[in-house]
Amino acid sequence: MKRFIATFAILAAFAAPALAAEGEVHEPEAYTWSFNGPFGTYDDRQLQRGFQVYQEVCASCHSMDLLSFRNLGQPGGPFSEIRHPETDQLFANPNDNPVVIAIAEAYTYTEIDLETGEEMERAGIPADRFPNPYANPSQARASNGGAMPPDFSVIVKARSGGAEYIRSLLLGYDYEVPEDVHLLPGQHYNYYFPGGVLAMGPQLFDGAVSYVDDSPETAEQYATDVAAFLAWASEPHMESRKSMGLGVMIFLLIFSILMWLAYRQVWANVKH
Amino acid sequence: MSHQSTYNPQTGFEKWLDARLPIVRLGYDSFVDFPTPRNLNYWYTFGGILAVFLVIQILSGVVLAMHYVPHVDHAFDSVERIRRDVNYGWLIQSMHANGAAFFFVAVYLHMFRGLYYGSYKSPREILWILGVVIYLLMMAAAFMGYVLPWGQMSYWGATVITNLVGALPVVGEGIREWLWGDFAVGNATLNRFFSLHYLIPFLIAGLVILHIWALHIPGNNNPTGVEVKGKGDTLPFHPYYTVKDGFAIVLFLMIFAGFVFYLPNVLGHADNSIEANPLVTPSHIVPEWYFLPFYAILRAVTFDIGPISAKLGGVLAMFGAIGVLFVVPWLDGSPVKSMRYRPIAKWCFLIFVIACFGLGWCGAENPDNLVFEFGGVGMKFVVLSQILTAYYFAYFLVILPVLGFIEKPTERPASIEASVLGSSSTTAPAE
Repeated sequence: MKRFIATFAILAAFAAPALAAEGEVHEPEAYTWSFNGPFGTYDDRQLQRGFQVYQEVCASCHSMDLLSFRNLGQPGGPFSEIRHPETDQLFANPNDNPVVIAIAEAYTYTEIDLETGEEMERAGIPADRFPNPYANPSQARASNGGAMPPDFSVIVKARSGGAEYIRSLLLGYDYEVPEDVHLLPGQHYNYYFPGGVLAMGPQLFDGAVSYVDDSPETAEQYATDVAAFLAWASEPHMESRKSMGLGVMIFLLIFSILMWLAYRQVWANVKH
Repeated sequence: MSHQSTYNPQTGFEKWLDARLPIVRLGYDSFVDFPTPRNLNYWYTFGGILAVFLVIQILSGVVLAMHYVPHVDHAFDSVERIRRDVNYGWLIQSMHANGAAFFFVAVYLHMFRGLYYGSYKSPREILWILGVVIYLLMMAAAFMGYVLPWGQMSYWGATVITNLVGALPVVGEGIREWLWGDFAVGNATLNRFFSLHYLIPFLIAGLVILHIWALHIPGNNNPTGVEVKGKGDTLPFHPYYTVKDGFAIVLFLMIFAGFVFYLPNVLGHADNSIEANPLVTPSHIVPEWYFLPFYAILRAVTFDIGPISAKLGGVLAMFGAIGVLFVVPWLDGSPVKSMRYRPIAKWCFLIFVIACFGLGWCGAENPDNLVFEFGGVGMKFVVLSQILTAYYFAYFLVILPVLGFIEKPTERPASIEASVLGSSSTTAPAE
């Protein structure tokens, strides 16, 4: 019996660290997004604020290589509801959207002039991709203590937990460091990051970004807005996908009812 | 039952064409007037559903290939470009990726139906074998297709699966390099996978024609497993089964559309939205869900068997799990086709289906995780997958052959017509 208990004790001792290691992955905090559910859409104002947070905070380290400025003005995008000042019409072509043009023009791109071969500088245009903060991955690593800041183009699709995970991660620093987690210089403990050890430190602080609307200027609001913006960037066509889906589902429902009635009609007098 | 042609050309053109190329006659005899058992239930609609999905996959795939770039530096971005910038590219890409998953849903239901109603038995052995070949080609096409977006799971899945070949003694490593076209999974691998991924669907389409041909010689099996005996047993395919299949197809498309439009990424893996990186291994490499049962069988062999290493043993078990399907017609010795009338086989089959789902569950989990835990002791997933793998093989290699000798079938109806008209007490009407 003693041996039996001892065996159990040893088994339990082995099992305990295994469970602790698994416990390192924490489910992100639940959040109800405007884009949840079959009829959910992006909140334009929230996307605009999220873009501002990305521009002012995240963009110094994180690229978004797959996005162009024109995407910001496309249907479903943050600035798609901007209207022409005289005609009050939406801009059919996002390249004509004055807000998009102004955002692009604020950036300077260095190129080689094809005529002269000289290096030249020019203002950005809506067709330009978001500028990458680093020339290449080596520079990105060197600037961040060896860690590569991931590209944000599809980050919400690329993380299980999606936008909730991004939001939780950004707010996940105010937790006590567990005893079995050892941090090296330049490392930070994050409750929601798998394993808990993250090179990126806390980035969002109350009041760090000044919003033009009256949304609260808190770290929590910043994290929520930027996560929503990144969700849009990962799935820019979500709104047209859902609205087409509704039409397709209604069509198929009516079609299936007609097929069912046809089936009943054809088989009405047949024993089967 | 290949039947007498009843096609009667009406117009002058039809008569002229019929004397030269009787293609209208072929279509009429195969899909209009073809005598079909009157008692087919909804399990028999998946053949038509599969045909629809083959067409969806080929059409959407041809369009995707116009925009996709098979190069390690561009493949990932080109798929994202399709989703972002190509007109309705998000729709076509989502249909193709989710279409593959639904193709497998339909093929698994089609195969379970064949196993339950004994559709592989004489005179339909060739029909069944052609089906298994189509299934094998589907797996190859799906595996290579999953590599094309060049995400982390694409790359590491390709690495794990192609490395299996390396487990073969003597020739393994040579074959593996020949498959790769390189000394690792790389650009050459991606290019040939793209080429083969485009080729295979057309091979499948050709085999589907043979599959239908082999179906139309003996005619459909049916839920009673009793062969067609007279005119009263059958109905013309059109309109009876065109309308029934059509209804089932629309219902299936509704579920498919639900995923395409509302849950487009649910069946994928988040890691595949990270571009392939040979220097970073994902913490947990898993294949697409439709390969999980075979992945579990592969990992269930954790011990050496004589000269066979555990790795080679796993590879042999995995391929054996598909290979055994080819000989099912000769493993099942029972003269009764439908398991409706096989009281023991029916339950063994139900456990087999549960075992397949269980293996899928094991394939998705880390083998060292515990299935359950009670007071410090538990069962690891690897043990569960070993038990289920043993049952998978036992079902085909032991249970089906033995039941052929010992099982007493229950009373069967004299004919399909008799079963429909209720003169037999053992059967309820189909559906």
